[in-house]
Amino acid sequence: MLNIIAGSLSVGVTPSTNSYESIATVTVGGGGSSIITFSSIPSGYEHLQIRAIGRADRAGSTDSVVLRFNSDSGNNYAHHWLYGDGASALAANTTSTNYIYPLVTPAASDLANTYAALVIDVLDYDNTNKYKTTRTLAGYDVNGSGGLLFLSSGLWINTNAISTITINTGSSNWAQYSQFALYGIKGV
Amino acid sequence: MPAGSTYEPIATTTLGSSQQYVTFTSISGSYTDLVLVVNTTGASSNVNYDLVVGNGSVDTGSNYSATYIQGNTTAPSSTRSTNATQLRLGNNAYTQASGGNFMAITQFLNYSNTTTYKTVLSRQGNPNLSVEATVGLWRSTSAINIIRIGDSGGITMAAGSTFTLYGITAA
Repeated sequence: MLNIIAGSLSVGVTPSTNSYESIATVTVGGGGSSIITFSSIPSGYEHLQIRAIGRADRAGSTDSVVLRFNSDSGNNYAHHWLYGDGASALAANTTSTNYIYPLVTPAASDLANTYAALVIDVLDYDNTNKYKTTRTLAGYDVNGSGGLLFLSSGLWINTNAISTITINTGSSNWAQYSQFALYGIKGV
Repeated sequence: MPAGSTYEPIATTTLGSSQQYVTFTSISGSYTDLVLVVNTTGASSNVNYDLVVGNGSVDTGSNYSATYIQGNTTAPSSTRSTNATQLRLGNNAYTQASGGNFMAITQFLNYSNTTTYKTVLSRQGNPNLSVEATVGLWRSTSAINIIRIGDSGGITMAAGSTFTLYGITAA
C-alpha cells in the first residue's frame, strides 16, 4: 500500500508488480482432514493455480480426488483425461457429473511416505461471461507397485465467479503432511 | 496479505561450450516448490537428460522411479522405470538444425520437507521426436538442495543450452 501511495505522489517508488501471488496454504495435521477448502477467494487475479502434494488415509490402495467450485455438487461438471499407467496410454471422459476428477492419490497400503503431486490451473476464475476451465498435470509413482500420470481438462458449467474451491478424496481423508497451496496470477 | 516475490529465479546457467552436467547446488530450503526450465540447442550424438537430486551430494543410488506418457509419430504409449539410478527426462540425438531442441519444465513440489518422499512432475519433449510427461519419485525424505541434469554416460549437452531454476513460495 505504501508503495502505491508513494508511486501516485511521484516520489520515485515503483509500486509492487508481483504477478504471481500466494493466496493461502493448507497443511494437513495429525488426524487427517476430510476436505481442503479455499474460501473467500479474492477477485483481482486473472487465473488461479493450485499446487499440492496429497495422500489419502483410506485403508487399501489409492483413492480418487474430487474437485468442486462454490460447493456446487450438481451434475455441472465434465472432465477428460489422457493418462498412463506405465503399460498403456489411455483416454477417458465423464460428462454431466458432479465433480472434476483431477487425479488418483496413493493411500495407506501404498508405498509409505509417497504422495501424489498436482498442479491445477483454473483459468479466468472470476469471469462471469465464461464457464470455468481447468488444466491439470498430476500423478504419483510408488516404484515397484506402479504409478499413474494424468493430463486432464475440466469444466464447470457455470458463469459465476469462483469464490470457493474444495478438494476431497473420494472415500477417506487427506493424510497428514498433505499440503495444498493456492496462487493467484495477475493479468495486465 | 499475499507474499512478495512468490515466484522468483534462483539461478540460470547457459552453456558457453558443451558440457556433461549442469548442477544447482546449495539450493535454499526457504521455498515451497522448485521449477526447473530446460531448453537445449540440440546434440551431436545421443544425449540422455538424466535428473538426479540429493542433499549435500547427488544420490546416484537405485532410489528413483518414474511413470511416463509419450506421444510421437505413432500411437501414444506409457512406460515405467523402477529402482533406477536417475530420472530420465528424455534423450536427443538431433542437432538444432534438425529440430532437436529438447526442452523440459520440471516441478519439484514440497522439495524441502523432511517427511515425505519427493514426487516430481515434468512436461518435456523434443519437437523433432516426441511430446512427453513424467511423474517421478525420489525415495528419500531428505530435503533436496542439489539438482543435477546431464548424461551419466559422458555425452555432453550442447553449447547455448539454458537451464533456469525458480523458487515458488507459499503463504
